[in-house]
Amino acid sequence: MAKIYQPPKQSRLGQFIDCVFLIAIVYGSLMLPLLFNFGNGEETPPPETAAAVQEATWESLGQNAVMQQQWEKLGFDPASAGEIINDRFDYTIEPWSLGITAAILIGYFIFVLTFSEKEYREVIDERFGKRQR
Amino acid sequence: MSDTVAQAPEKDRLFLLKVLGPTHVWALGVGIVLVGEYMGWNFSVAKGGALGSLIACWVIGLLYTCVAMIDSEVTSTVAAAGGQYTQAKHIIGPLMAFNVGLYLVMAYTMLEAADALVVGDLIHQIGVETGAVGLDPRAFVVLTIAFLAWLNYRGVLMTLTVNFLITAVAFVAIIVLFFGIQPWQEGQTIFHRELLTGLPYGWIGVVAALQFGMWYYLGIEGTCQAAEEVRSAGRSIPLGTMLGMITLLIAASLTWFVASGLLPWEYLGQSVVPLYDTARMTGSPFLQSLLFIGTLFAAIASANGCINDAARAWFSMGRDKYMPIWFGAVHPRYRTPFRSIVFLIPIAVSFAFTGLLDQVITFSILSGLLGYTFMSINVMKFRRSWPLGSIDRGYVHPFHPVPALMLLTLCLATYFATYLGYGAQLISILVFYIIASIWFALHRYRYVARGDQFTMAWPRPANY
Repeated sequence: MAKIYQPPKQSRLGQFIDCVFLIAIVYGSLMLPLLFNFGNGEETPPPETAAAVQEATWESLGQNAVMQQQWEKLGFDPASAGEIINDRFDYTIEPWSLGITAAILIGYFIFVLTFSEKEYREVIDERFGKRQR
Repeated sequence: MSDTVAQAPEKDRLFLLKVLGPTHVWALGVGIVLVGEYMGWNFSVAKGGALGSLIACWVIGLLYTCVAMIDSEVTSTVAAAGGQYTQAKHIIGPLMAFNVGLYLVMAYTMLEAADALVVGDLIHQIGVETGAVGLDPRAFVVLTIAFLAWLNYRGVLMTLTVNFLITAVAFVAIIVLFFGIQPWQEGQTIFHRELLTGLPYGWIGVVAALQFGMWYYLGIEGTCQAAEEVRSAGRSIPLGTMLGMITLLIAASLTWFVASGLLPWEYLGQSVVPLYDTARMTGSPFLQSLLFIGTLFAAIASANGCINDAARAWFSMGRDKYMPIWFGAVHPRYRTPFRSIVFLIPIAVSFAFTGLLDQVITFSILSGLLGYTFMSINVMKFRRSWPLGSIDRGYVHPFHPVPALMLLTLCLATYFATYLGYGAQLISILVFYIIASIWFALHRYRYVARGDQFTMAWPRPANY
């Protein structure tokens, strides 16, 4: 029979601190991209593009007659629509940043699964009794 | 020592009430998700164009069909509140379970915050249009969350009955809009030929669109949280979940069809309320009013379902001492996880007021995605540890391990899609889960009883 683990009783203050800690790291991770001023992949139009938007026509924006009609129904003119039309994502892939992201993701799952396996064996041994291995 | 462990007698312990049927499961799953048709899915148009979004809708539909199949089998067998958290605890191990519990709580609480913001903005908009200028939308955000939390506090049957009614109205509104537009009159009432412009970013845009393609279905797996409260888990969970997936596939297809046929893709990609904007383009006051109500109801239903699910996941973690045990209490009269419901109110409100809606939504999506990655690993270990015939399963999903492998592959593609444009958010959220995992492993787990975590009356898992 496996030895039964007796967990300690946690104080109310300890319970409170645990909740606060968890909430604090959630907020930290929400703020992290802003603190480090990471972009979200959207390209900021260069100044010459911004100037071009002011002088844009539906034709220069590549909009056909139906598109033009729908934009106007929505309350846009070429200048205001141009800001939306020219706002594009940049999908340039940087191998090092992709590599780091993949390494963090894979490392995270390996860590969680490996540690879980160790803990799970303790749970099973305590619940069903230790088996000779 | 016996290889099978009976569940411990717990006559003094209060349990959640078993009062739900398949319609409530449908209302929970579709209720959480349908708001994604009213808003959010269209950001996939910004990332890959309208056609890219349609391809993402189908590919991610496949991902969620795998999720629904896998979840139906495991949940109908592990019929307990906490859903995937409880599954992870029995199949993978404590640290994974802790992470899965956090995925659920974060995904649903953050989605709830985003839903409440939408409700606040819509009510503010009514005020502006009726001359009541100066109404603060934040007051309505708090009121919405507080009212729905009260509903959840008072009982799950009423909560999900209300969800069924308002979700049904929101779904019917999409169908009415589709027929109201008269889609058979191409070139007169709808303009796909002129508005669809191919793939503006090429195929890389299609892959990138997978990220927000998740909004078409994000949250359907929440049906599992009802497992402890349905009268028959083996029947209600698979039936409610599969009917939910069918409903969402129909709603997603109709939504894409009408919106992409009336709105230029660049506008559609950044619209806050694309279905309502589509209704505006028809010029019909009836359709506009209906879609306004549909948007409002969809957001309320989603927030309501999210409160239900987040509270149950948090409650289950408290019950096992993964979180303070204080949260593991059941209300003596209403039989609801009342402390967890109340505790998450200020958290959701604070998320809503951060002004970081983009980050909050991305956190929600990525937490969901991490959960789906877990599911593919979970079901493979489940089948290996307890092969078919070794335990009673309410439902057995076909073609194993094809759905699990397909799910894992699609999850990897969606991580790559998130990297394209939201790589920094992906890393920051992973950092959160890594820190939380280290904290749990080194600190929190010492308060958890080991053997008591395994509560199912199953034989010893193979290879242990």
